[in-house]
Amino acid sequence: MTDRPRLAVIGAGPAGLAATVAAAAHGVRVTLIDAAAQAGAQFYRQPAAALRAGRPQALHHDWRTWQRLREALDAHVRAGAVEHLTDHHVWLVERESGRFTVHALLGPEEEDAVAVSADAVVLATGGYEKVLPFPGWTLPGVVTAGGAQAMLKGALVVPGRTAVVAGTGPLLLPVAVGLAAAGVKVAALVESAAPRAFLRRTRALAAQPGKVAEGAGYAARLLRHRVRTLARHTVIEAHGIDRLEAVTVAALDGEGGVRAGTERRIPCDTLAVGHGMLPHTDLAETLGCRLDGLRVHVDGEQRTDVPGVWAAGEATGIGGSALALTEGHIAGRSAAVRLTGGTPDPQEWVAAAKSRTRLGEFAAALDAVYAPPANWSEQVTDDTVVCRCEEVTAGTVREAVAQLGAGDLRTVKLLTRAGMGWCQGRICAPGVVGLAGCELTASRRPFARPVPLGVLAEEHSQSTTRAHTHPTDGGPS
Amino acid sequence: MSSPLDLAGARPGPAFTVTFDGRDIEALPGQTVAAALWAAGITSWRTTRGEGRPRGVFCGIGVCFDCLVTVNDRPGQRACLLPLQPGDAIRTQEGTGHDD
Repeated sequence: MTDRPRLAVIGAGPAGLAATVAAAAHGVRVTLIDAAAQAGAQFYRQPAAALRAGRPQALHHDWRTWQRLREALDAHVRAGAVEHLTDHHVWLVERESGRFTVHALLGPEEEDAVAVSADAVVLATGGYEKVLPFPGWTLPGVVTAGGAQAMLKGALVVPGRTAVVAGTGPLLLPVAVGLAAAGVKVAALVESAAPRAFLRRTRALAAQPGKVAEGAGYAARLLRHRVRTLARHTVIEAHGIDRLEAVTVAALDGEGGVRAGTERRIPCDTLAVGHGMLPHTDLAETLGCRLDGLRVHVDGEQRTDVPGVWAAGEATGIGGSALALTEGHIAGRSAAVRLTGGTPDPQEWVAAAKSRTRLGEFAAALDAVYAPPANWSEQVTDDTVVCRCEEVTAGTVREAVAQLGAGDLRTVKLLTRAGMGWCQGRICAPGVVGLAGCELTASRRPFARPVPLGVLAEEHSQSTTRAHTHPTDGGPS
Repeated sequence: MSSPLDLAGARPGPAFTVTFDGRDIEALPGQTVAAALWAAGITSWRTTRGEGRPRGVFCGIGVCFDCLVTVNDRPGQRACLLPLQPGDAIRTQEGTGHDD
């Protein structure tokens, strides 16, 4: 039993669960490591157990898939093939002599450290939401679209009575529908993409009739809840003194600028806003995995270019839960075969690979359709805070670019502190690059989350002990 | 009017009391700090270090650190992640939370 190789899967969302179940079914032991108290991550986020929700499916799409994954996971855990470590916040994965050590902090306090050993790793670290700045976006009551959904799914709470859902992307539809079903008056769904743009992509969209039906289903539910959709519109300002009271929305012209004279004010106490998603790649970066732009590079088996490291789901490019499931499945199958010394035959997962191709094309078509307004940064006034942590304004960023010659994210950060705060630039980077007119690049953060100094000191003393006292036996762990 | 608890058919155990800046608010078993504050109609519980501006939940999933709060005298905790226990004392975090 103990001789069987061990695979560490990091992240218990669609990709990580599919990888875990596939690998366990093919004979390897799996340690599934996740930050939350329950499996599901963001897409399948479950209400806290103590809330005893009898009808959690009312908040979810594709509940059957979740049930199948959950049942398979439970069965493998009962059989001893899978160990599910909850409340483990992974901050670093180390590769040494072909083996891996996964370093995590125990949550929710994140003070105590733990290390997990493995023979291979699947990175299923998911993604997080991109939000571009606009005047008033730091007011309480302005939340990310995904944040409103996470609080609804996980804690069964809503932020207010009247909401506007705005930005761009497929996430806005379920967020608007979810809030409306939970009793919030959704005053408007404001989407910057044009309906016409979908018609230009009909071939890739029509290849996924299930996905088109899903979109149509949301549209019908929006109508039922009397939510008006303002396509080709954008929020140009959020108003309020100490909390949100209203937003101003305006129509967009053909160039992605605001059409003069179309501004109108919508009273609301909640604005749920998002402009797409970004992959979480910190762990892959510190392992030395090659990135393609912002996503982890993988081959047909979902292998990164670092031996023993697979990646699947949003970390390898934003594509949604269905794509993440197929990628996770392939990663788990490939890792299981390779860990037991074999060479996988891709024919064994040919159906999953075909789905992956189709869903990848669908995601690319959506990505082309859902785009923030081209000239969004024109609406960002100089006094708008862009870096929420360090309170750096757009004016300061513009000055660093125009007066001091900053031409990239790193130089702007050094000159202005934008991106130096708690979130380490995860939230402000898309806004800063837009204002600075440079490209969004991977950030090369040494750790995936804040780590107490005491934990680092302990790690250091252990590695020093290993190096000096036990040069051959690996030392204490 | 429908509520999220009704929608999901929740039957939580009895509510318990915690405090926010000294006043009692009710929390349900399983709720995070942010969830109980939202349910009580409170949307901000931090002031920024520079301008002293109010902040609350932004990303809701532990990435942005905007919802930092002081709980039982420990500042800098993410309200969106931290589950509540009966009797917890939540306080508005002023700046870094280390000056009071």
